[in-house]
Amino acid sequence: MNFDPRFSGRKFASVGTRPIRPDGVDKVTGRARYGADFNMAGQLVGRVLRSPHAHAKIRKIDTSKAEALAGVKAVITAADLPDLTDGDAAMYDILDNCMARTKALYDGHAVAAVAAIDARTARQALKLIEVDYEVLPHVTDVDEAMQHHAPLINDTVFTEGLEEKPVKPSNVTKRSQFGHGDVHQGFGHSDFIVERSFKTEQTHQGYIEPHACVANVSTDGTADLWVCTQGHFVYRQHCAQLLGMEASKLRVTSSEIGGGFGGKTHVWAEPVALALSRKAGRPVKLVMTRDEVFRASGPTSATSIDVKIGARKDGTITAAEATLRYSAGPYAGSWAEIGAMTAFACYRLDNVKTVGFEVLVNRPKTAAYRAPSAPMAAFAVESTVDELAKELGMDPVEFRIRNAAQEGTRSSYGPVYGPIGIGPTLEAVKVHPHMKAPLKKNQGRGMACGFWFNFGGQTCVDLNIGMDGSVSLAVGTVDVGGSRASLSLVAAEELGIDYSQLKAIVADTSSLGYNDMTDGSRGTFSSSMATISAARNAIKILRERAAQMWDISVDDVVWEQGHAVAKGEKHGNLGKLSLKEIAAKSGTTGGPIAGHSELVADGAGVSFATHICDVEVDPETGSTRVIRYTVVQDAGKAVHPTYVEGQYQGGAAQGIGWALNEEYIYGKDGRLQNAGFLDYRIPVCSDLPMIDTQILEIPNPNHPYGVRGVGETSIVPPLAAIANAVSNAAGVRMTHIPMSPPRILAAIEAEREG
Amino acid sequence: MAGVAVSTTINGDTIEYLCQPDETLLDVLRDRLGLTGAKEGCGTGDCGACSVIIDDRLVCSCLVLGAEAEGRRIETVEGMAHGDKLHPLQQKFLEHAALQCGICTPGFLIAAKDLLAKNPDPTEEEIRFGLAGNLCRCTGYDKIVRAVQDAATVMKGA
Repeated sequence: MNFDPRFSGRKFASVGTRPIRPDGVDKVTGRARYGADFNMAGQLVGRVLRSPHAHAKIRKIDTSKAEALAGVKAVITAADLPDLTDGDAAMYDILDNCMARTKALYDGHAVAAVAAIDARTARQALKLIEVDYEVLPHVTDVDEAMQHHAPLINDTVFTEGLEEKPVKPSNVTKRSQFGHGDVHQGFGHSDFIVERSFKTEQTHQGYIEPHACVANVSTDGTADLWVCTQGHFVYRQHCAQLLGMEASKLRVTSSEIGGGFGGKTHVWAEPVALALSRKAGRPVKLVMTRDEVFRASGPTSATSIDVKIGARKDGTITAAEATLRYSAGPYAGSWAEIGAMTAFACYRLDNVKTVGFEVLVNRPKTAAYRAPSAPMAAFAVESTVDELAKELGMDPVEFRIRNAAQEGTRSSYGPVYGPIGIGPTLEAVKVHPHMKAPLKKNQGRGMACGFWFNFGGQTCVDLNIGMDGSVSLAVGTVDVGGSRASLSLVAAEELGIDYSQLKAIVADTSSLGYNDMTDGSRGTFSSSMATISAARNAIKILRERAAQMWDISVDDVVWEQGHAVAKGEKHGNLGKLSLKEIAAKSGTTGGPIAGHSELVADGAGVSFATHICDVEVDPETGSTRVIRYTVVQDAGKAVHPTYVEGQYQGGAAQGIGWALNEEYIYGKDGRLQNAGFLDYRIPVCSDLPMIDTQILEIPNPNHPYGVRGVGETSIVPPLAAIANAVSNAAGVRMTHIPMSPPRILAAIEAEREG
Repeated sequence: MAGVAVSTTINGDTIEYLCQPDETLLDVLRDRLGLTGAKEGCGTGDCGACSVIIDDRLVCSCLVLGAEAEGRRIETVEGMAHGDKLHPLQQKFLEHAALQCGICTPGFLIAAKDLLAKNPDPTEEEIRFGLAGNLCRCTGYDKIVRAVQDAATVMKGA
């Protein structure tokens, strides 16, 4: 049966309610099993040796002393992970990142690993591995790395996307460009132009659960992997390819995941654990320390961004331009490209141009972090928009409303928008009581907008109806924050049964078809689409079975509120059959009843948010306190509103940490100086106020219930909203994130000295 | 290295174990006793995910040696519910959706239990400072604070 994904405008019974999540009790009693909570008989402890150098040639690794230590069962280097990537450059980078091959490219880069009978023996063994390094000059700053005299990180890299093919290698891997119209002409028609430069420092996703896995490779070539991941099917593909296995022989089970935010979307330690297990012939558990998480797993890009926007006296923007430089770590990425796409996505622009540069630096490989690349671009653009509004003497909300993108607007990155939420979020902010609340001395208010694409992707769901009428739902998108609850609501809605009759699980890679990972805010969007499709397929069978039980045509049976109902006067005496009654007879009416769905969830609706923030800046210390915060965001349809609010609040909190405090600090030696939660300080409970939320519902026309992804957009506006608030409170434009006390003090003093 | 014999009370049960002198209480709980409710988020006392209560004092079990548990009374998240009846804090965390990924939840529950034992009627600010030793990256703390406020109200009435 063809599945129709279009929005139908139905009335909801389950969707929109707020039941307790199905995995909740296990999580409040300590029974839920995360990555490090799983053990196998005979399991060894794996540990990784990491480079202390930011950039060094590996001349030789001598593992003989470590191998000779009693209790050591395997030692591996890059030689044990031969290159099987067959020209797949992205996979080669992942392989090299898992275990350095010829060069260590950042402080923390893995160079060898051991498996031993206990942690103490493993630690001792690491100390016995002798690595002969030739230390090379390094570069960690994004702007310095672009200089022509900067140390070259990879001499086979020639900048892509230039008009002329370069003759010299460079740390710039790619130039990308987006936009339309003629910005030169546009600026010519403007009465006011504001041009500013901005920097943002590198931050980490900061998930509380370190990467953890247990690998068990059998001598028959099959293997099991238990792992905390945002995408166990993707991890299976990566690991199978890197270890030369058939994917079907590797069964990957996703544990409960203790936060990912994009940081658990590709493999780090998992191929290493599998290679150790293969060599030792025993299961190996490998858990990163917090120090390793900071030094060697996915931080976001550091950036350097120039923005220029021009407008007429009446407040119409005539041209907008940005140049964005994003650090990628030592491997190519598409981070600046995404930044360049998102930068002006909130606005209706006749003339717009953005140019992105991907820059290699001796820092860990950049990984996705919640709406990756968008918050930095929004910081630069929304700060400049505020400055321009000030120049024009216009209210910043009114100025944005005047220029906001609408349905039918050609976006700055190409596509033409359908129904979107930027205008409605701005209108909601305009009348929000927060905007009228009085401010005290040293306090300032800021607001800013944000955009994220959202993603759909490959999705597979099984819905099985038990003979007792209860329903099990097996999904393949890892539940990072309540999706088992939202998907159960969707299945209950479609089947017309109670939420309590359902149990949703995340199935392993051998039990369900392929699923893309939980990224791009796709978990509830795409798996709910597949769940609706699977439920409709099951309902078709339920109707057939009811027709059989009644001995009438299936065309005379409809499905209403969890029951098969016989339609038409001739069937007036048949009444109805419940799902439970039909299920009880399934053994004699044709066997088990199930609905399956395999689809590509196209049409993820784009998402917009507008945030309001009040801060108080202490002019003596430069310290900033967020005193009030409001998030207004379009959810399309909030399936479980409490968890939607949670996504809004969590993104805002991460943005507050990024804006005010969090940054990777590298020494001149290229070593990370704050690889721990004491020195890399994420917001704690006493740092934050309550975070108010307002959910708008502008239905996504491409989803049966109108759902849009909600997870990521909430981190896009905060950097800018807080920067605008701090700038208003301190009376000086802040252009460098994080706005830590020393940076704010320096800006205030510079302003005083004129 | 010779093991240290320890006799202690965990969640009301007398427990005996052997551990290494340099082994943390967190490692003993997780690796020797199978009590994996306490989590290791950092191993340096910064995140609070390994919080337990020892003799009415809230501690990070990653900063306590297993050998130091001798003769003490330890409470972990596994001991909060009574049979199938959840502790009011556990119930309120569920009702308020005060968890997303849930990795920090055991530590928050233990820290909140300790807070309410010492201050049954805390202000929002007292809750925020009382829980400032526990990191949560998902929720922004809003729903956690509300859950603790609600649990305090229920517990006062009990």
